[in-house]
Amino acid sequence: MSDTQTIAPPFDIEVLRNEFPNISDTAASGRPIVYLDTAATAHKPLQVINRISEFYSKQNSNVHRGVHTLSAQATAYYEESRKEVQSFLHAESADEIVFTKGTTESVNLVAYTWGERNVGAGDEILLTEMEHHANIVPWQMLCERKSATIKIIPVLDNGELDMDAIDSLISEKTKIVAVTHVSNTLGTINDIATICDKARRHGIVSFVDGAQAVMHLEVDVQKIGCDFYAFSAHKLYGPTGVGILYGRKALLESMPPFMGGGAMIDTVTFQKTTYANAPGRFEAGTPNIAGIIGMAEAIRWFRKIDVNQLAAYEANCTSILLDTLRSIDNITVLGAAEHRIGIATFVADGAHAHDIGILLDEQGIAVRTGHHCTMPLLQRFGVQQTVRASLGAYSNQADVEAFGNALQKSLRMLQ
Amino acid sequence: MSNQRVIDQLQLDLESLPDWEDRYAYIISLADRLAPFPEKYRTDTFLVKGCQSRVWLHAEINSGLVTMDADSEALIVKGLVGMLMMIFNNRTPEEILQTTDGFIEVLGLSKHLSQNRSSGLASMIKQIKLFAIAFMAQHA
Repeated sequence: MSDTQTIAPPFDIEVLRNEFPNISDTAASGRPIVYLDTAATAHKPLQVINRISEFYSKQNSNVHRGVHTLSAQATAYYEESRKEVQSFLHAESADEIVFTKGTTESVNLVAYTWGERNVGAGDEILLTEMEHHANIVPWQMLCERKSATIKIIPVLDNGELDMDAIDSLISEKTKIVAVTHVSNTLGTINDIATICDKARRHGIVSFVDGAQAVMHLEVDVQKIGCDFYAFSAHKLYGPTGVGILYGRKALLESMPPFMGGGAMIDTVTFQKTTYANAPGRFEAGTPNIAGIIGMAEAIRWFRKIDVNQLAAYEANCTSILLDTLRSIDNITVLGAAEHRIGIATFVADGAHAHDIGILLDEQGIAVRTGHHCTMPLLQRFGVQQTVRASLGAYSNQADVEAFGNALQKSLRMLQ
Repeated sequence: MSNQRVIDQLQLDLESLPDWEDRYAYIISLADRLAPFPEKYRTDTFLVKGCQSRVWLHAEINSGLVTMDADSEALIVKGLVGMLMMIFNNRTPEEILQTTDGFIEVLGLSKHLSQNRSSGLASMIKQIKLFAIAFMAQHA
């Protein structure tokens, strides 16, 4: 479909970088931007950009219900995209894949549909201390509606979950465990298979936020044993505004609709509407067709890379990043998990994160500053404002070295 | 010194600096000009909304002049606050309101500040002007 270079093993970082216009081109300032904010959103390879452009310029049409050729073709691409995601997540059926706007909508969908029907007064929802606000607030809203309560799995000083605490936190009132696969602040990879197993043994539903995981790890929802798994396309080198909710088929079929509208119905009369089966029941209105097709293309692009080679490459970059930070006086990196991805969140004694972010930006280094939508976690570590550097598949050693030098210079200026 | 002369002087100072590091060092140095912030005002009531890092601003009117105390937890922002105090502190409400926001451009700050930061600066100026309007209304 697109004539870009193929990244066949062995993994070639220079070939890969050249596939990303935003990485390989220099910025308007004439200097290259060192992009260390991939955990917020990843850049997009040409293959994805071209596919979206191709859809709009040659294939645009609405999906489903159309009698004409273009619509049938768009529907075929749309449903092929669902199969691509199914295969990517190793789901049993394509009917277990729901297209959403992103991870946030996926969490809300489950909280409003499954949650509305299955959580009642006095029930408990188990979260972890390292959740993103997107995996806290929808559950809090559900608890407020239902007079239910939230319990928290603590985070240890090393940034790993206190796995020993889980058994005592689970009770007969626990209805769902919602946990992130990878922390967006600490980079910690959680042992979600164990957590989901504990949940299943107690008849508790499990929800995994995979937003920071899918672009770094092989994800197999059947091996993990989760009931729900969510992620966003834009962190997986795909477009913004598209996400996935995987749900076990029996669960999805038992859930009421989320939003009402076209496409999610079976029959409508003014007296009564009957709903379509999952996943259509959860996809009211015209979906983000180009985005969904672009996401499938991003997955195709990503799957050309050997994920083990990528993980080894990223682990190497991550250890250079961590060594760089640890070699600088007065820097404290949050967490030191053994299993982690390329995220380093840190504070500097005597220098505010915001100042560091400004001065890094002046030197062409893009990082994130603030609380990273994990205020409870930062509170646990006793910090408020932090700097986060995060790596993608296209990040290289030169990026990390430029960051280290620019950081040292920034700290000198702020002394 | 009128606040226009303050702006002119700041512009001369900034333009004489050859590179971005010196300009930031200059802005940071303006933080030292701020009087120590009274701890009793370091509360959420006096936080300026719309800033990424926390900025506190307290204002009162003394003998027709708006007297302000301000602080930020971040050094560069504190320097910018110091610059704003040089321009706006101990002025009449009328003087404050007559100062157009165009001075941000004149000082060349907008090209050194990303969207987030210049909107933070704009939030501070808006808050200062709101105080001036409130004091004018009180004395009308």
